[in-house]
Amino acid sequence: MPSHAETYPPDAPPPRLELRGITKRFPGCLANDHVDLVLRPGEIHALLGENGAGKSTLVKMIYGVLHPDSGTLLWQGAETVVPDPAGARRLGIGMVFQHFSLFDTLTVTENIALGLDNAGPMDQLAGRIREVSERYGLALDPGRHVFHLSVGERQRVEIVRCLLQDPKLLIMDEPTSVLTPQEASKLFETLRVLAAEGCTILYISHKLEEIRALCSRATVLRAGKVVGAADPRQETARSLAEMMMGAELSTPERPPQGAAGAARLTVRHLSTTSDNPFATNLKDVNFEVRAGEILGIAGVAGNGQAELMAALSGEALLADADAVVIEGTSAGHLGPRARRGLGLAFVPEERLGRGAVPELSLSENALLSGYAREPLVRGGMVHFARARAYAETIIRGFNVVAHGHRAEARSLSGGNLQKFIIGREILQKPKLLVVGQPTWGVDAGAAAAIHKALIDLARSGAAVLVISQDLDELFVLSDRISVLFHGRLSDSRPTHETSVERIGLLMGGLFGTPPDEDGEITRAV
Amino acid sequence: MNDFALIGPILAAMFAAATPLLFAALGELVVEKSGVLNLGVEGMMLVGAVCGFAVAVQTGSATTGFLVAALAGAATASLFAVLTLFLLANQVATGLALTLFGVGLSALIGQGFVGIPLEGLPKLYVPGLTDLPVVGQALFGQDVMVYLAVAAVPLVHLFLYRTRAGLVLRAVGENHTAAHALGYKVLRIRFLAVLFGGAMAGLGGAFLSMDYTPMWAENMTSGRGWIALALVVFATWKPVRAMLGAWLFGGVTILQLHVQGLGIDVPSQLLSMLPYLATVLVLVLISRDVARIRLNAPACLGKLFHPDA
Repeated sequence: MPSHAETYPPDAPPPRLELRGITKRFPGCLANDHVDLVLRPGEIHALLGENGAGKSTLVKMIYGVLHPDSGTLLWQGAETVVPDPAGARRLGIGMVFQHFSLFDTLTVTENIALGLDNAGPMDQLAGRIREVSERYGLALDPGRHVFHLSVGERQRVEIVRCLLQDPKLLIMDEPTSVLTPQEASKLFETLRVLAAEGCTILYISHKLEEIRALCSRATVLRAGKVVGAADPRQETARSLAEMMMGAELSTPERPPQGAAGAARLTVRHLSTTSDNPFATNLKDVNFEVRAGEILGIAGVAGNGQAELMAALSGEALLADADAVVIEGTSAGHLGPRARRGLGLAFVPEERLGRGAVPELSLSENALLSGYAREPLVRGGMVHFARARAYAETIIRGFNVVAHGHRAEARSLSGGNLQKFIIGREILQKPKLLVVGQPTWGVDAGAAAAIHKALIDLARSGAAVLVISQDLDELFVLSDRISVLFHGRLSDSRPTHETSVERIGLLMGGLFGTPPDEDGEITRAV
Repeated sequence: MNDFALIGPILAAMFAAATPLLFAALGELVVEKSGVLNLGVEGMMLVGAVCGFAVAVQTGSATTGFLVAALAGAATASLFAVLTLFLLANQVATGLALTLFGVGLSALIGQGFVGIPLEGLPKLYVPGLTDLPVVGQALFGQDVMVYLAVAAVPLVHLFLYRTRAGLVLRAVGENHTAAHALGYKVLRIRFLAVLFGGAMAGLGGAFLSMDYTPMWAENMTSGRGWIALALVVFATWKPVRAMLGAWLFGGVTILQLHVQGLGIDVPSQLLSMLPYLATVLVLVLISRDVARIRLNAPACLGKLFHPDA
């Protein structure tokens, strides 16, 4: 670490950015309440908080997407108003968004040009992109179309776009949520080099271990207010989480697994071909999930997770009926309803749109998948009283914070809606539950509740399949872990016999033997 | 007259028949590239046709006529733009309504102009070149609007793929949320694109009423606006392919006229259907190639955008 990132003499230059009493109110909620924040030159500063704590609102105001209702912003000691993102870029503020602001059918150069105010001719820009990407070890081919790129490469596009403007402040919103551990550590090296060159980095992440490794200071937000500051290196992940929650964190215990029962789901030689050029085809995927166990499937997004979910749920029908066998019945050719009839329940990754209909009330959403196994419909007529009661049972049983069963699904926060959807599926007592990204974008408290519910379900004898990009989550939940890469699935390993590093290598495509002492690596794909 | 001698005039007529389609399709292509689906092309063409015709009759100036036609098309389009972009009305429903509105409005404006003849535009004549066999008339004997439509193809292509404004327009159509996050004015860009589309549709319509068949008749576009919409998909949103498509449909239109003229024993209604049957056939064939559509179709096509949501 550079020394100037650790010591701050009193006669140091003014802070890069200082926020004083920033307040932002939305209809029905106070998103930021008199927030103060000081960012020094060349420091990597963490912004912590649960979902809805006001982190996104705050950085959007720094980047000029939103404007504060009151309070002042000082840029290098001078009071400044950031009118819009272009104004922020002129000041030297760059931002890497959580959901990449990239354009799939445009090239890397075109994408970067869109984020620059003085892009210049395209061929010169391509040269500058090569130069910067080499200097910071961010390999990129300027002429490629973005839809060809992996998620890690896409993030590099965003970062290079910011770097081309010589930023003095770089805002990173959840940058590693889609990266393998190895990609993440490469990113950290880049960030440390940048900070050493004097660039300030504001780093937002849920991953507390990362923040402890990377950041020298942290500001904690809760319910729109600054509730504390800390040196993350002096804290534990647990103490940071408790600061964010303002309560004690209860981590779910995973009781030792009993003898695994019969296979509830068997997948044999599952391959898919898609007309969609953005899709990843599955190639000869084989696995089984047994009663009483949780199988975790790791992998970086875009390696076939969506296609696997569709093939398992019945959203995509398979030519080979025997490729998916549920409870001994060949189900590859069956639609979602027929598969639910066999005992399958599933929670898709996409909460709004696949897991729930945003505009419908919770009781209507409960009905949508619940009627298959609960007596909510009689003779073709909806039994609304029972649907309401079922929704209320889910809301109570899974501590869903909502304005009753009438609340629209889209009015719930991500974590609460996810608890509701998972509750809806679990209360149907499925024999087999398939879950995609169960705690994506969900805060620590809700995540712990969801993990406990999944573990309890498995221990009660159901088979559970979890497809997730979050390795920490998979290591908490799974009895066995496999990795999906470029549409292929690795053999599974018992969780206690493997490590985050090893799974991380598999996520990067290193199937087969791990690297030996000479660093010799055999690539499977 | 032998059959061979017919090829020259057929070829020449094909380019002329393709011109209104090409104007309208190029305009709609830019609109769709910005992420807006305006199904009101037929209506905007009719409004352009009648306004251009009326002004040309009264002023005697074809230039003024075409200018007014473009303005009238853009004005009709601005109605669509305000409804869909700022009032968040559904684009498909609003576009259909715009076509119905254009049919009615043009009939109303055109009441006093039915049956009035107008002189078409003068044709180019280059001694030597225009007299060339077969291609002379087609390539060197057209009027200025035919050449303008063809010239617009490389211009639209250069704009979309070589200028920054074109890049921004494509970006807005591809991912309006990201474009907004980068600080681009999504609604303003789409508004301008829709106005351009309206002006081009107006020119296409005026070409019909002032030049191709220089007279006004109710509903005289007879479905060309819809063919232009189909052309955009047929061209997978590429200007040069839109031109090839326009020629193809122009050719089918002319061919069926000549087949009727030659007295071949096919019901004339069946022949009149040909361009539209060709449209359906081509759309079915194009839609088989999902990959090409996915790679070129603007991802935000037809989606509403609200900057605060």
